[in-house]
Parts: sequence; structure tokens; C-alpha cells
Amino acid sequence: MNVLNYVHAFFSDSSHWHGYDGIPTRLWEHVQYSLEALAYAAGIGLPVGLITGHYGRGGNTLALIATAGRALPSFGLLVLMFIWLGFGMLPVMIPLVILAVPPILVTTYEAMRSVDPSPVDAARGMGMPESRVLFQVELPVALPLILSGLRSAAIQIVSTATIAAYVSLGGLGRYIIDGLYQKNYEKVVGGATLVAAMALATLGIFWAVQRLTVSPGVRRG
Amino acid sequence: MSGFFDIPSDLQNTYFGLIGLHLREALLPVLAGLLVSLPIAQLCVRFRWLYPPVLGVTTILYAIPSLAFFVVLIDYTGQTETTVMIPLAVYSLVVLVPAIVDGVRSVPAETLAAATAMGLGPVRRYFQVQLPIAVPAIIAGLRVATVSSISLVSVGMLIGNQGALGNLLNDANIYHRPELAVNSVLTTAVLAIVADAVLVLVRRVLTPWMPKESTR
Repeated sequence: MNVLNYVHAFFSDSSHWHGYDGIPTRLWEHVQYSLEALAYAAGIGLPVGLITGHYGRGGNTLALIATAGRALPSFGLLVLMFIWLGFGMLPVMIPLVILAVPPILVTTYEAMRSVDPSPVDAARGMGMPESRVLFQVELPVALPLILSGLRSAAIQIVSTATIAAYVSLGGLGRYIIDGLYQKNYEKVVGGATLVAAMALATLGIFWAVQRLTVSPGVRRG
Repeated sequence: MSGFFDIPSDLQNTYFGLIGLHLREALLPVLAGLLVSLPIAQLCVRFRWLYPPVLGVTTILYAIPSLAFFVVLIDYTGQTETTVMIPLAVYSLVVLVPAIVDGVRSVPAETLAAATAMGLGPVRRYFQVQLPIAVPAIIAGLRVATVSSISLVSVGMLIGNQGALGNLLNDANIYHRPELAVNSVLTTAVLAIVADAVLVLVRRVLTPWMPKESTR
């Protein structure tokens, strides 16, 4: 297996572990880009999805927005924003956030809509105000699906943040892009392995969060 | 915006040529994904224990970034269209398998019993009862897979100009012609929206019993 040889060569070269182009630096940059983009996307997608889902209105509009968001090619948008706005974080954040909002928005809405209406009615009947119905009844039941939406958004962000390197920023994509230009295959494969590992780590983190936050009663059902 | 459709000669293609190439690179993988998903989904419906591990494997494959997937494949399939299409086909599984499984499972037990009572064997029951009833769910999955596939083809530009319309992005950079990037983004987005609309239309034709107003 020739790819494994490259991976081994990349990680055993000690020069890849230090300095501004070292693995720890690039990994940290990648984590920062991903977290920032996920925070913005969740900041937009979660409240809108929760409220529209709670009132059950605007589903068609949301589906339309989601389709439009998915239709915009992330990579093309990145290059376009880079040409228009120049070097910086903004050209990277715009495509990443546009990429991540649709899955969060649509799954949150669907999650809220799929909550069994009888406990919600019971909560209203007991005199709970709408905000408590939303946060104490609907949200805990909808949480597993909402988290799955956040998870797929996070994975897409982590893999897509790779292309930030094309517009001269850092992150793990640096190894892939530089390696391709330098015809340094070892570097390319090393970078690819790191991004894939980070995406898998994201899966793991979301699995752990789900174990911790989803109430056992909901998990059983 | 002069020269909006003026494609640089290094791409050795016309505007419509690029569109055709883009559609081929995006749609063939989804088709392949569908052909692979149908038997996998059927196995998952038959053997319930199989579904969680299959879901896990597709999710893990989906977690491999497109660029990383492309460059690893270069070693085997070179800087070609195939290298772009294989990952796209693999990604489509993560959407299509659950869509088909949910669709086929949503067929009511009475309907299946009625079909059996009418003398339909398992094969005819699958093709004439289960699959048609699952069409809305399958199309919903196909829509997500198709749109994201069309968007992802552009990344193929990075592995030796294999990104069809995405190749315009590189030319926009090296020739300082931003209108080419606008062209690439807009055309790709329009292709995705048109493909999505076509699939909605296909669903309407295939499921004449469904109410018309539900657009989702």
C-alpha cells in the first residue's frame, strides 16, 4: 500500500511538527476556522429553525432558502469572494456559513415539527408559557435530530475549510494545495489524512455530546 | 461585464461544452450511487441489524473531504474525470441509502399484505408496490445528492483542471477576469436549481396520486 507509505513518511518527518507550517499550527488554524464558521451558522440556523418549527410556519420558504444555499458552489463562492473582497477571513467565512446553514436550518425545523403533539398540548394545558413549552418540552425531544443537523454541518465545514488554503490562508488544506504544486505527494496525502482524521474526530465529539445531552427517556424512544 | 461568456482558450471548451461536462461529472456519480444504494437499502430493510453499521460506514466515508479523496485517488486513476466522479458517487450513498430505507419502510404493512394476497411474488411486490410508494422519499434524497454533487464538481479544478465549470475559477484568478468567477458560480447554481426542479417534476409524474401543492 503506497498511500500508507506516504502517510508514514509524512508523519515521521520531524520537520513537519514545528514552526508556522508545522502540524500543530495548521491543525489549530483549521479548528479555529471550523469553530468560527459553525458558530455563525448555528447562530443563524438554530434560532430561525426553532422558532419556525415551533409555530409550524414558513416551511416552504425555509426549503427554498435551503435549496438556494445548497445550490451555491462553496468553492466557486470562495474564489469569487476572494477576488471581490481580497485576502482575509471574510471570503472564507461566507461560503462556509452558506454551506452550513441549510442542514442546520432544515433539520432543526423538521426536528421541531416531528415532536409528538400530545405532550406539547399537555404542557400548554398545564399553563406553561410558550417559551417554556419550546425549551423544556419540544427542545429536549427534538435534540437528537437537531444535533444530527449540526453534525452534518460541522463535517461539511471541516472538509470544506480545506479549500481556504487556495486563497492563501492556513489550515490543513495548506499541505494539500502546497503539496500539489510542489509535486510533493507525501505532503498531500499527509494533509488529506489529517483532514479526514479531524472529520472523524468531529463525528466522535458529536456522538459524545449526544450521549451527554440527550435525555435517556428520549434516547430509548 | 464584457467577455462574460468569453471562455479562455486554455480550457479548450465552449461555454456549453463546460456545462455538458459539468452535468456529466455531477450526474453520473449520483446515478451510480442510486444503483448501488437500491440493493444496499433493500438488504438493510430485510436485515434490520445491518442498517446501523451501513449508516456508520457511509457517514465515515462522507467525512473524508472531497479534496483529500481526490488527491488520494490520483495515485490510482490519475488526474482524470474518474477521480472526481468516484468520491461524488461515494458521497451520494450517505443521503440515498437512508432515504430509500425510510421510503421502503414507510410502506404500510396492510398494503404489503394486500399485495401478497393478490398473488404478487417478492420481486414484483418490490418493483410494483414498495418502490413506487417509496418514490417521494427517494426523490427527496436524490435532490440533496444531485445539488451537492453539482456544487462539488468545481473542486476538481484543483487536480489538474478537472472541475468543468470550476476551471473558470482558476482562469478568473490567473487572467484577472473576475467575471469568469461570477459566471462559474452563477451557472453552477442555476444548473443545481434546474436539476432540483427537474427532480420535483419527475416525482410529480411518477406519483400522480400525491397532492400537487406540497413542493417539498
